[in-house]
Amino acid sequence: MPVLMDNGAGRAAPRPAPGGTAASPRRGWWTSRRRDQLAGLLFVTPQLVGTALFVLLPLGLVVWYSLHEWNVLADTFDFVGTDNYRELVDDPKLPGVLRSTLFFSVGLVVFNLALALLLAVLLNQRLRGTVVFRTLFFSPVVVSLVAWTIVWGFLLQDNGGVNGVAGAVGLDGPNWLRGEWTALLSVIVVQVVKNVGLNMVLFLAALQGVPAELYEAARVEGASRWTQFRRITVPLISPTILLTSIITVVGALQVFAQIAVLTQGGPGTSTTVLVYYLYQQAFQFHQFGYGSTLSVLLFLIVLTLTVVQWRMRRKWVFHEQ
Amino acid sequence: MRKRLTAVVALAAMLGLSACGGGDSAGSDGPVSLRMTTWSANEAHLKLFNEIAAEYQSSHPNVAKITFDPIPFESYTTTLTTQIAGGNPPDLAWVLENAAPDFVSSGALLPLDETLRKTDGYAFDELAPAATKLWQADGKLYGYPFSTSPFGIFVNTDLVKAAGAKSPAELIAANAWTWENAVTTASAVSARTGKAGLVVRDFDYKGWDNLSTIWTGWGAQAWSADGKTCGFNATEMVDAMTFLHQAIFTAKALPGPGTAADFFAGEAGMTITQISRASLLEKQKFGWDLVPLPAGPKGGYSVIGQGGMGVLKKGKHADVAADFLAFLTNPANSAKLAQFFPPPRTPLLTAATLAKTNPLLKPEQLQRVVIDGIANGVVKPNHTGQAELSQAVRSALDPMWKADADVRGVLDGVCSAINPLLAK
Repeated sequence: MPVLMDNGAGRAAPRPAPGGTAASPRRGWWTSRRRDQLAGLLFVTPQLVGTALFVLLPLGLVVWYSLHEWNVLADTFDFVGTDNYRELVDDPKLPGVLRSTLFFSVGLVVFNLALALLLAVLLNQRLRGTVVFRTLFFSPVVVSLVAWTIVWGFLLQDNGGVNGVAGAVGLDGPNWLRGEWTALLSVIVVQVVKNVGLNMVLFLAALQGVPAELYEAARVEGASRWTQFRRITVPLISPTILLTSIITVVGALQVFAQIAVLTQGGPGTSTTVLVYYLYQQAFQFHQFGYGSTLSVLLFLIVLTLTVVQWRMRRKWVFHEQ
Repeated sequence: MRKRLTAVVALAAMLGLSACGGGDSAGSDGPVSLRMTTWSANEAHLKLFNEIAAEYQSSHPNVAKITFDPIPFESYTTTLTTQIAGGNPPDLAWVLENAAPDFVSSGALLPLDETLRKTDGYAFDELAPAATKLWQADGKLYGYPFSTSPFGIFVNTDLVKAAGAKSPAELIAANAWTWENAVTTASAVSARTGKAGLVVRDFDYKGWDNLSTIWTGWGAQAWSADGKTCGFNATEMVDAMTFLHQAIFTAKALPGPGTAADFFAGEAGMTITQISRASLLEKQKFGWDLVPLPAGPKGGYSVIGQGGMGVLKKGKHADVAADFLAFLTNPANSAKLAQFFPPPRTPLLTAATLAKTNPLLKPEQLQRVVIDGIANGVVKPNHTGQAELSQAVRSALDPMWKADADVRGVLDGVCSAINPLLAK
């Protein structure tokens, strides 16, 4: 796509040759190259229009709204400049929200990637039954998120399935969704189990792309399994680790439904992550202006983290396509 | 490249904006369509509404269509507000009591007095002042309180009998229907049947405003009548909450946090809820009773929840909508609606009238719970900016729901959390 755009295809509306066609020879302006460019542009037009309408336009509007005080019920929409951003800096709840977001995201990313890699390595063995297990671990990915979360909500109740199982083996399980740390942990685990299959499949594909000769050579040289993993597997699948970590970090910062269904941000504000907080401000407290300001903050955080990860790839990603 | 991109965005923005603006101008003269959002998807409710709407349309050819648009109760106000924000407001909307102050004071609703008073045979003065109070601002009525539903206690008499406990009916007869005795009965049910004792419906350790059905018996209130002073750390509230805390964690009369029990599925001995839930008992096999809330240290009391109907000023046909509202709530149609929603019209508030349309309830139950309840009921807590307040109270109350909680300390914490909001 960039190639097409950079060649000036944007201007390439096919002008019917002006007036005297005979004067300008056909191959003058309307070359086959330009025709290809137009065709290319037409092919990407639906995507461009979609992106403009549903990504760029809302993005711009959110920034615009963040400069306003918007009271939906009273039907007022007043320009307040940077007032909302000043409120953001002074918001006494924001540090707690950012802390919850940090704990949640770090916990989720570490758990998710570690488990996904572990499962992928285990399921990459040529043993009977691995297909069954791969299917088993992947299946939550295709389950409806809300249905999945509601079922877990029942399982995590004080008298629910999880504590039932714990009780059967003589353990007294905590009241998962009512303790500050156990609630955070519960939301993380529910989300990890839901999505770990996706990263697992990506890791599996990457693992299968590692040439077997390298391991063979390492074995001949006397490298242990762990050394092989560290020196061969990890570097060779590092592009996939980068990809999954970007996807997972972005995903972690956008988790909403699980929290809305399981904890509504509680107990206290222990699971009020940034997305949930902005939802509360905008849609429950009717402060769309401030809610938009929070979403600008979220956008900047996600953007920064992604850029940082992308920059750091040179340091540790082994090779790029 | 950048210039071109800007052009594309601008074009898309223009397309988007013109698409948004397109709908408004159309159809101001031709037949109009009205839409009313509700939180009830109950078939019987919708059937009645559709019948009334059809009758209205037959005499008003200018109205082509009236639709009732149910929105899930849990997200009702949020969804309604989002529709308004998105430029797609309904013409009429149900409004919950906890959102009433925001809707009434913001100017989102059309004043109704004039339309209602000038409607033939409307009998505006029949509306009970206790019912309309919440829906007024500056002497004008902004919402019609179509449902004024008192809280009562539904009892699973089979479970109470199985527990060998004194039933609420026996306690009432002995003039001993107090919170102490109610908790003793609930505690016995929980200890001897393995089911839950007493469930405060829709509380679930989050919907704290439902606890006003208990603390009002102690004379406690969430905040003062003018909405400026926090009431959570007042002595009455501390006493009421201490009682509740013991009932939950010592007497085990109420299921603890994170434990689900549905009375209407036979999982609890008693539940506090509004009488409009009686319809859920139609197909139940267990024996049941409906009794008023027990007396607290301050004596007998009742608590009411309300639902109002209003006309959105931003709707495209606000005047037509107001006219339909006048028809929907006239004396004849109010009588029909009374089978589901206790009406605000005083002549309809008699046990005999209500019994005709509430076959599941006995006349004495209706008298005790509904009619007496509406006459002297305290409305559930409500305040402008309720959503934010409610969230602040919920999160500050969370530490209360542990066996070793410091009740007084937690309640002080609630006040420090909400004082800045009350001062707004």
